[in-house]
Amino acid sequence: MSGFDAARLVLEDGSELRGQPFGASEAIAGEVVFTTGMVGYPEALTDPSYRGQILVCTYPLVGNYGVPGDELDDLGLPRYFESERIQAAGLVITDLCKQPSHHSSTRTLDEWLHGQGIPGLAGVDTRALTKLLRDKGSMLGKLIAGPGEPTFVDPNARNLAVEVCCTEPQDYRVDETGPTVVLIDCGVKANIIRSLLRRGINVRRVPHDHYFLNDTFDGIVISNGPGDPQTLTTTVNHIKHALALSVPIFGICMGIQVLSLAIGASTYKLKFGHRSHNQPCRDLLGDESGTIGTRCYLTSQNHGYAVRRDSLPDDWQVWFENANDQTVAGIRHHSRPLSAVQFHPEATPGPNDTNWLFDRFETQLREGRET
Amino acid sequence: MSTTTQPRSVLILGSAALKIGEAGEFDYSGSQAIKAFREEGIRTILINPNVATIQTSEGLADEVYFVPVTPAFVTRVIERERPDAIVLSFGGQTALNCGVTLFHQGVFERLSVRILGSPIESVIDTEDRDRFIARLTEIDVHTARSVAVDSVDAAVAAGEQLGYPCMARVAYALGGLGSGICRNRTELRDLAQRAFAHTSQVLVEEYLEGWKEIEYEVVRDRHDNCVAVCNMENLDPMGIHTGESIVVAPSQTLTNHEYQKLRDVALRVVRHLGIVGECNIQYALSPSSDDYRVIEVNARLSRSSALASKATGYPLAFVAAKLALGKALPDIVNAVTGVTQACFEPALDYVVVKAPRWDLKKFPGVTQQIGSAMKSVGEVMAIGRTFEEALQKALRMLATGARGLTGNRSRQWDDLTRAIAEPTDERIFALADAFAAGWSVEQVHAISHIDRWFLFKLDAIVRQSQDIATSDLDSLSADDLRAAKQRGFADEQIAALIGCDESSVTRRRRNLGIRPIVKQIDTLAAEFPARTNYLYLTYNGAFDDIDITEAGAVMILGPGAYRIGSSVEFDWCCVNCVRTLRSLGYRTIMVNHNPETVSTDYDECHRLYFEELSFETVSEIYRLENPLGLILSVGGQVPNSLATRCADSGYRVLGTASESIDRAENRHRFSQLLESLDLPQPPWQELTNLDAIYSFARSVGYPVIVRPSYVLSGAAMAVAANDAELETFLAKATDVSPEHPVVVSKFIQGAKEIDIDAVARDGELVCLAVSEHVENAGVHSGDATLVLPPQRTYLETMRQVRRVAGEIAAALHINGPFNIQFLARDNRVMVIECNLRAARSLPFVSKVLKTNFIDLATRVMMGRPIDPVEPHRYLELDYVGVKAPEFSFSRLDGADPTLGVEMASTGEVACLGYDFDEAFLKALMAVGFRFPIASILLSTGPVASKAAFLSGAQLLASIGIKLYGTTGTAKFLRKEGLDIETVAWPLDNELLSAIDYIRDGKIDLVVNIPKDNRRVELTNGYMIRRAAIDYNVPLITNLQMAERLAEALARRDPTALPIEPWSAYVRGQH
Repeated sequence: MSGFDAARLVLEDGSELRGQPFGASEAIAGEVVFTTGMVGYPEALTDPSYRGQILVCTYPLVGNYGVPGDELDDLGLPRYFESERIQAAGLVITDLCKQPSHHSSTRTLDEWLHGQGIPGLAGVDTRALTKLLRDKGSMLGKLIAGPGEPTFVDPNARNLAVEVCCTEPQDYRVDETGPTVVLIDCGVKANIIRSLLRRGINVRRVPHDHYFLNDTFDGIVISNGPGDPQTLTTTVNHIKHALALSVPIFGICMGIQVLSLAIGASTYKLKFGHRSHNQPCRDLLGDESGTIGTRCYLTSQNHGYAVRRDSLPDDWQVWFENANDQTVAGIRHHSRPLSAVQFHPEATPGPNDTNWLFDRFETQLREGRET
Repeated sequence: MSTTTQPRSVLILGSAALKIGEAGEFDYSGSQAIKAFREEGIRTILINPNVATIQTSEGLADEVYFVPVTPAFVTRVIERERPDAIVLSFGGQTALNCGVTLFHQGVFERLSVRILGSPIESVIDTEDRDRFIARLTEIDVHTARSVAVDSVDAAVAAGEQLGYPCMARVAYALGGLGSGICRNRTELRDLAQRAFAHTSQVLVEEYLEGWKEIEYEVVRDRHDNCVAVCNMENLDPMGIHTGESIVVAPSQTLTNHEYQKLRDVALRVVRHLGIVGECNIQYALSPSSDDYRVIEVNARLSRSSALASKATGYPLAFVAAKLALGKALPDIVNAVTGVTQACFEPALDYVVVKAPRWDLKKFPGVTQQIGSAMKSVGEVMAIGRTFEEALQKALRMLATGARGLTGNRSRQWDDLTRAIAEPTDERIFALADAFAAGWSVEQVHAISHIDRWFLFKLDAIVRQSQDIATSDLDSLSADDLRAAKQRGFADEQIAALIGCDESSVTRRRRNLGIRPIVKQIDTLAAEFPARTNYLYLTYNGAFDDIDITEAGAVMILGPGAYRIGSSVEFDWCCVNCVRTLRSLGYRTIMVNHNPETVSTDYDECHRLYFEELSFETVSEIYRLENPLGLILSVGGQVPNSLATRCADSGYRVLGTASESIDRAENRHRFSQLLESLDLPQPPWQELTNLDAIYSFARSVGYPVIVRPSYVLSGAAMAVAANDAELETFLAKATDVSPEHPVVVSKFIQGAKEIDIDAVARDGELVCLAVSEHVENAGVHSGDATLVLPPQRTYLETMRQVRRVAGEIAAALHINGPFNIQFLARDNRVMVIECNLRAARSLPFVSKVLKTNFIDLATRVMMGRPIDPVEPHRYLELDYVGVKAPEFSFSRLDGADPTLGVEMASTGEVACLGYDFDEAFLKALMAVGFRFPIASILLSTGPVASKAAFLSGAQLLASIGIKLYGTTGTAKFLRKEGLDIETVAWPLDNELLSAIDYIRDGKIDLVVNIPKDNRRVELTNGYMIRRAAIDYNVPLITNLQMAERLAEALARRDPTALPIEPWSAYVRGQH
């Protein structure tokens, strides 16, 4: 614990919430967002989509099972995390667990944040804070848990993807005879890569602005990532060109927004975004089960922007719809293997109920290669 | 009928009397189901003899049958009503088992009744252990290694194969009845022997010592949408039944990987089995890897689902009922929030702790150890924003005297290691004492296997307590005090630790501006605005979720945990009080913390505080809400006991003045009052010094009865036959109620007992119901068999009762519900007790008379007009109601199943009939008696009772029942010319004794009249009674009960009694 005694979260509307600092003794600024997930803080904090954001957990007890080690799996991906480091700018919680218990734990949450230079604030009424964010919309904030006081910074004004994506193309090959996809890394979560590799799909992971059209591939995956999709103009342009090819494209989270911009639709900022593991999404097309409109999936979500429904071109359909607020949660082309979802079929954290989307994409890839 | 058309009528099976393992949760689930069906315009028919439930109240089901939930009765109701469909999943194991039997008998097919919800095959898959394992293996889901056996020898062979310790589970058993850990061959053989008396299958399986126990509640619709509404983690690891465990929601020590893995398995299992509706799935999870086992699947609403429903705000039972009709999850609006739909998994922003309530001390001879079979009689649910806050609240809510985890009366542990390693109902306090004694988390973990996460928290509470204990109040800073409140310390607990009084702590706390914050349970962690009325208090917050704008609310305090003596009947009282208040236009605020209740349902009151019923919490809510007034008289003894303190604090207590309540509850003052009114009562003396008591006892003559004040269910009440016993009982009585007087009265033998339930307005009787007991005085009224209207009481006695009731009502200026107990002998009545609150029998009399006493009492308390009630109505019924107790002795290993002045029953039923015999026989069947009877074992006690039962025995013989008798009884009856076979007493060392006859199924009913009402150690009688319980043979231990049964059997064929719905009896009564 740092000894800093005036730790607080300051919001752009002037509200101030005091608490006890933990993690690194730092003062940082960012966009304040909340998540209602009850498990999965190691995955959430390392999710690149949280880049530049101060994460508020509504579940009050955080750190219960400690933090696992940094080892990599045999694919070269972090075994327990979604990227190599904590991506969130800061963490705000109610009750910090200082004595965790789990066989996989190697350190406490406090130690982990401290080691990664990320400040935390505990003892905050995060429910009240969440209501504030819900009513006023996401706000900029400053987490002051160390010396100095930064100015408010809107992370969405800059290209955040560049801060979190890989710097060089990287190849993950699991099956020399299998299909290969280009994975456009806007800040990809490790489990997207794992989900593809597990299905025998080779992955060529490229930086979000990499010109990939000269590469050899059977399909394209556009990853999740932080920030405003409209800052990713290069990526959008590349996708516009890729649409002329006849390969399957699958977008996830930021990927749906990039794809939408590429097909001429538009995106907008939600008031306070969707950041939870319990977002119900209705399948409006229902090709899998045959019964239209009766299937509804629990999805994991983490996004502040959404696709404008009425901006979709005529040959595109709304595939999934958020059952709570009817926002667009998935789109697909009426005849070509082009689709994208706003939620995270790779989960981590959150429910695995839409894993089957990877199976579907795999089928499209393999069918595409045959023809 | 196709599976998609909506049925026009649905039959719902209830769970009958509350018993250990099957309690109020099924009143909640059944009531929700009825509401869900009615909303769709479906006619509902309910079978449930549990008269104290909400579901059997007016205005819910279209037709109610107070008949046993047995295949024979249900078949006859189906034949009469011809419903389109039936639901089996809302009435616990009782309803499910009955439904499975009816299915096998082909009744549903024959009468074209469609089973709604999960297909019966999937129910059987989950219930038959062999099929269960096979089905799960099909989809590669891990189950515990196990062998299903159908004989004792096969069980032992399986044990040898799996190795010891092993776990033996009984198939088709509610609450793990008869299941247990066996550490060697002898233990396994014993357990199997007893289990096969109840079941045809036992499962011997690997014992997963130290594994975490995790549960998920899942719902699935017929379109294959499937969600996991809630998960829960047991503080107590594998080996302790989940009903006996402290349970936390959501899970605390699971990573996302583990959480999702178990969730995925749950969804796969539910889909594979084809469940439609609600399903509970229990896991063992390795503490050192992600290996798991599915332990159990319950394809029905359960205690856990009731808990999950209350813990999350997701109305599981209501949704399950809609799903049973074929609706899709996303098409069902979540009525709790109004903004979400049912295809949704709640996000909690608080932590819930459930703790079980035991009453083991009421049963001498019962081991205090807890394990894989349920013994607890109720539970509480606490909500906080730290685990410590929720846990300490929960421990206080149990109302067993704990002020929290610490600050309690000191306990003496013979062996602290053992108290932790071999858990008893007090283990949580043993853990605290271990930490206080300096034990490390590792040490405690090694012997308890409890996850270190929980132990760290307990240790931290203990250390914080030690810091508080070394402070004095003035040196305790605002930060210290706030920190203590944030970890769930009560003012009373802090006071006890410091050694000052509670009010000083409260005063200092308030002066420092420390008060609890009100938070809402909204199912989605504030993500969307939701209008819910589920509230709790926490010190881990800065802003209230609600505005107190509307005045004029009435605050009602509920009964808290179900326990022996306070159960679903008070939930009925609370709910009815709330309904009347709402109909009168009042806003209502309910305070209760029992997840098994209807009063804590989202659609009953305007605001629900899922909170403690302590003075501290009630004060905080009162100060916050500033209600029009408090109603303390409908929630049983817990709220009633707060009356004086609330009144002293200037709170508006509605109904009878608290001064009067004290005059009735305080035994000494009440006896004085009776004296001053010149009303008859047994001779009495207050305990001031022992010598005076002894001389009193000798002058009036033993036996005498010791009666403490302000107690529930006759706690520490006892009949003493001599000086030595008197001394023991007096010590116990002063211990149980130290601040209130103890009175000793002459115990009148051979008297009848009469109960009245009544309502008075300003001291004037408004309505009155008189019930007589079948048993003579000496049996606690909660354990007695009640008859309304009385059938064997003189009219003169009835007149006296009414006059005395009127005089007491006037003297105490009663304004609300009350109850008085009388003794009657030789046409003369004596008053023994008076409670100025709703009593246990109120739902019974209200339903039999079809006059809602709570409705009247509520109107009286609010000063509203009422329709006059015809004063002699209770005599002029064309039918009789009989209320019978349900005992759970089979779950209480070693308990002596006799009746005494301290209550032992866990629930009750009531049945109606056109005469006493009919209602009586039905009521007995509803609590597990099986007819016809071919053989009876008689041991009728002392000479006087042997003689008294002569005519009963003759009647039994006359209808061809084979009589067996223990030595003395057989000799006596043979001398009287009866044909009776002698069986040896168990301690006679004969080759075959009565116990062998019972075990071998040769006896259909045991009548064993003990010498007196005291429960003593190992005797022949005890062994016979216990054998009857252990081998599931109906038992009667009371002479009057045996007499009435003999008469009824001689007059009526119990298998051919008329069956009528409630409405048919009461028609024309108004």
